[in-house]
Amino acid sequence: MTHLLEIDNLGKRFGGFVALENISLAVSPGERLGLIGPNGSGKSTLVNCICGTLRNETGAVRFDGHQIDGSSAHQRTHRGLARTFQLPRPFVSLSLLDNMRIPLLYTVTARGERKSAADIESRCFDLLREVGLEEKARRLPRELTQVEMRKLELARAMAAEPKLLIADESMAGLTHSEVEDILTLLKRLNAQGVTIILIEHIMRAVMSFSQRLVVLVSGRKIADGDPERVMRDPDVERAYLGQ
Amino acid sequence: MRSDVFFLVCLVIGGLLYAAAVALGNDYYFFAGYVVLQYIVLATAWNILGGYCGYVNFGSAAFFALGAYSTVAIHRLHPMPVPILVLFGGLVSGVVGLGMGYLTLRLRGAFFAIATLALAVVLQTLVVNWDYVGGSRGAYIVRPETIAPFGSYIKYLFLIMLLLAVGAITVARLIERSRLGYGFATIRDDELAAEASGVPTLQLKLIATMISGALMGMAGAPLPYYIGYLQPSSAFGLEYAVNSIAMPMIGGTTSWVGPLVGAVLLGSLQQIATVTISSAVNLLIVGCLLVGFVIIAPNGIIGLVHRYIQHKPADIVGRRRATADAPEPAP
Repeated sequence: MTHLLEIDNLGKRFGGFVALENISLAVSPGERLGLIGPNGSGKSTLVNCICGTLRNETGAVRFDGHQIDGSSAHQRTHRGLARTFQLPRPFVSLSLLDNMRIPLLYTVTARGERKSAADIESRCFDLLREVGLEEKARRLPRELTQVEMRKLELARAMAAEPKLLIADESMAGLTHSEVEDILTLLKRLNAQGVTIILIEHIMRAVMSFSQRLVVLVSGRKIADGDPERVMRDPDVERAYLGQ
Repeated sequence: MRSDVFFLVCLVIGGLLYAAAVALGNDYYFFAGYVVLQYIVLATAWNILGGYCGYVNFGSAAFFALGAYSTVAIHRLHPMPVPILVLFGGLVSGVVGLGMGYLTLRLRGAFFAIATLALAVVLQTLVVNWDYVGGSRGAYIVRPETIAPFGSYIKYLFLIMLLLAVGAITVARLIERSRLGYGFATIRDDELAAEASGVPTLQLKLIATMISGALMGMAGAPLPYYIGYLQPSSAFGLEYAVNSIAMPMIGGTTSWVGPLVGAVLLGSLQQIATVTISSAVNLLIVGCLLVGFVIIAPNGIIGLVHRYIQHKPADIVGRRRATADAPEPAP
C-alpha cells in the first residue's frame, strides 16, 4: 500500500539546538494518526517542516507521490496538505465568510476547478454551518470566543479540501464538551476520506481518536504503533512521568 | 457597480471637472488641479502596496522621479507625445518596482520601509551622476505654448493626469473586489496563514509592487513638461514620499476611497496654502494633520465616517473597510 505522507530521516536544527533528528514516519491514506510528546519535543516543528513553514535541513518529505521539501507552503497546500495553527491565526480584517473564501479562491480553484461566485459563497456557508458558525458569517474573527476561533481555524483548513489535515493542538484550553465537538468534527471529516494527524496534549482525546500513536521526545521519535501498546511502553512512561 | 460602469461614471465626473475648470477661465486652476490629480494617482498607487498589502513604501519619490527621468531620457533621444511617455514611465517604474519587490519583500515592517528609503537614495545618486539626463545641473524641457485642440498646453497635461487618476482609481477598486484583493488582505493580516491557505504571497506582493510602482511612474512622467526644468532634488522631493503616505493614512487605507479623499483634501489644502501663505508651509500642514489623525482617527476619514454611520454601507467603501474601523481587541 502506498503512503500518503512519507517522512524520511528528517532533521532540523535552530543554530546549535537540534529540534528534530532522523524522524521517519509514514502515514497511509485515510489514517487517523495521533502525535504526542512533551512540550518542546518538536511536534510543531515537525508540522512546520511538513507544511513548508520551515524547511528541513536533512531528509525528505514526500506527499502523495511527490517530493515536496523544496516547495513553498502554498504549493503544498495546493497539493492537498492543510493545517491548523496551534494559536489560531484568522485573517482579522476579513469576515468569517471571507476567511472561508480564501482557500476556495486560492487553493480549490488553483487545482483547476472552476467555481462561480455564487458556488463559492454557498460553499463558504456550508463550511461555516459544519462548524456551527453560520450565524456569525458576517462577523469579524475578533468577536469569536476561543472555541469558535478554533472551529474557524479548522473550517478554513477544511475549505482547502485537503487530503491530509494536520490539527495542531486544536483543543488546548477547551472544556470537555468542546473537545467532544471538535473530535466529532474531525471524525466526520475522516469518515469523508481525509487523513488526519492530530497533535494533542489531551490524552483522552488522542486515545479515543487515534488509530496509531507516534511519540516524539527531544526531537526524536521514540514510539510508533498501536495507541494502547505505545502508552504502556516503558520509554514513553519515562518521558511523560519521569523515573 | 460594475467596473466598466464605474470607469464611465469616473470619466463623466472627470469631464465635468474639466468643463468647470475651463468655465472658470483661468489657467491657474489647471496648474493647481494637475498637482491634486497627480497626488490622487500617487496616493492610490501607494495604497495598493501600503494599504492593501500592509507594506509601507517610503520610496514613492523614487518611482515618481523614475517616471519623470524616463521622460527626460526619451525626450533627449526623440521627442514623443506625452501619453506615450506616460506609458514608458510606467513601464520603467513597474520593472524597477518588480525588481525592488524581489530584493526586499522578504523583509517586513520597518526593515522593508528602510529598504525602500534606501532605494530612493541610491536612485537619486545614480541620476545626479548621470550626465545624459542633466545630472545635478538638471534638464530643461521646453513645452510648446499651445496644443490643438486643447488650447494651452497645461489643459492638455491636466487632461492626461485626469485620465490617469480615473484609471488609477478604477484599477484600485477593481483589485479590491477581486481575488487579488482578497489575497492582498490576507498578506496584510497574516502571511503564514495566507500561505497555509494556498495564497502565493511572494507572487502577489510582486504584483502589488509592480502595479504600485508603474502607477507612480506614470504620475511622474508628465512632470518635466509641467515644470519645464527638472532637477534631481525636485523630482526626488521629500513632499512626494511624505504626501503619498500621508494622503492614504488621512483618508483611510483599506479602500480606494481613502487615498482619493486624502489626496483631494490635502492636495487642495496645500495648493491654497501655496498661494495664500507660502509653499514652504505645505509639509508642516501634512505633518500636523498626520499627527492629528494618528491620534484621533487612526483609520482615517473613512474610518471616522464609519464609526458615525455604524452600519455597513454596501458600495461606497468596500466590504472590508466596513468592519475594520473598530478598535483592536485587548490582548
